Amino acid sequence: MIDFIARFFKKDKQSKDLAKERLQLVLIHDRINLPPYLLEQMKEELIGVIKRFTEIDEEALDIGIESSDRTVTLVANIPLKGEKKV
Amino acid sequence: MGEVIVVTSGKGGVGKTTTTANLGTALATLGYKVVLVDTDIGLRNLDVVMGLENRIVYDIVDVVEGVCKIKQALIKDKRYGSLYLLPAAQTKDKTAINSEQMKQLCGELKKDFDYVLIDCPAGIEQGFKNAIAGADKAIIVATPEVSSVRDADRIIGLLEAAEMDSPKLVINRLRPDMVKRGDMMDIDDMIEILAIDLLGVVPEDETIVISTNRGEPAVTDKNSKAGEAYRNIARRITGENVPLMNLTIENGFFQKLKKLIGLRDS
Repeated sequence: MIDFIARFFKKDKQSKDLAKERLQLVLIHDRINLPPYLLEQMKEELIGVIKRFTEIDEEALDIGIESSDRTVTLVANIPLKGEKKV
Repeated sequence: MGEVIVVTSGKGGVGKTTTTANLGTALATLGYKVVLVDTDIGLRNLDVVMGLENRIVYDIVDVVEGVCKIKQALIKDKRYGSLYLLPAAQTKDKTAINSEQMKQLCGELKKDFDYVLIDCPAGIEQGFKNAIAGADKAIIVATPEVSSVRDADRIIGLLEAAEMDSPKLVINRLRPDMVKRGDMMDIDDMIEILAIDLLGVVPEDETIVISTNRGEPAVTDKNSKAGEAYRNIARRITGENVPLMNLTIENGFFQKLKKLIGLRDS
């Protein structure tokens, strides 16, 4: 009950959670030495290259950066529609 | 053959010098032969923190340039058994020494000492490169703040690139009251973000300021919480398994109320 009241008076997000989220995002870019705008550019060029060979489902594609234990991985999930007609 | 440990952080003002002074003093008190090396050339401070500022004759640059022998530059701290300080030069800059000279110096020192603790300057330039050049291990000091954690992460990356194996983390100036309110990252947050092993946690403690005013490291003060934390870390460095000290506090209104009516935190 007291916990409930305590929680009721507390703000939604604690400032340490903000610190953590912001750090996790900035550290990914620091670690790979790639600022967000270049990462976007890389994604677009990557998609462009694949589109030269085959058709892709642009609605469903998902390219992102994941980080675990200090290893940063580029994770791409790009559904292909089929062979491109020449 | 001893071990060379560099104390580093990237960001300035997070407690590298305080950590070096306290760990060195604690290790010497445990009976080990220890030398503290100040590599912050131009901004030396380990001497004043240790209370040895009036005894400097020669410094690290004199040694490297061959002006004196290593033994002549070492200041013996008579208070804590076998503890020595090799002071930085104050009137030169970081380029007065190079990485190769530092490697040689560390090689010489670890023949005579069990532990060679290197106080690294802030930054990632020549001073940092020198400080890590001869080190076998690294201790990263970070406070639970975004700027310190970001810089620590950068340093960890640079140590990885230099092929130094698994640096260990010392979380400094933790405030349990702020952690409890959710206004400061806790131990688990820091480990999760930096993804390195924890060596110890030092609480924010005003006895550090007082002991530094006196030039006597806090580890010699039995009543200092930070001193106790540093003594524990020193024992962990020697390979002993020492549990983390309890830093949780119960001082909030609701905690007091809960205690009063018999409901306690688990």
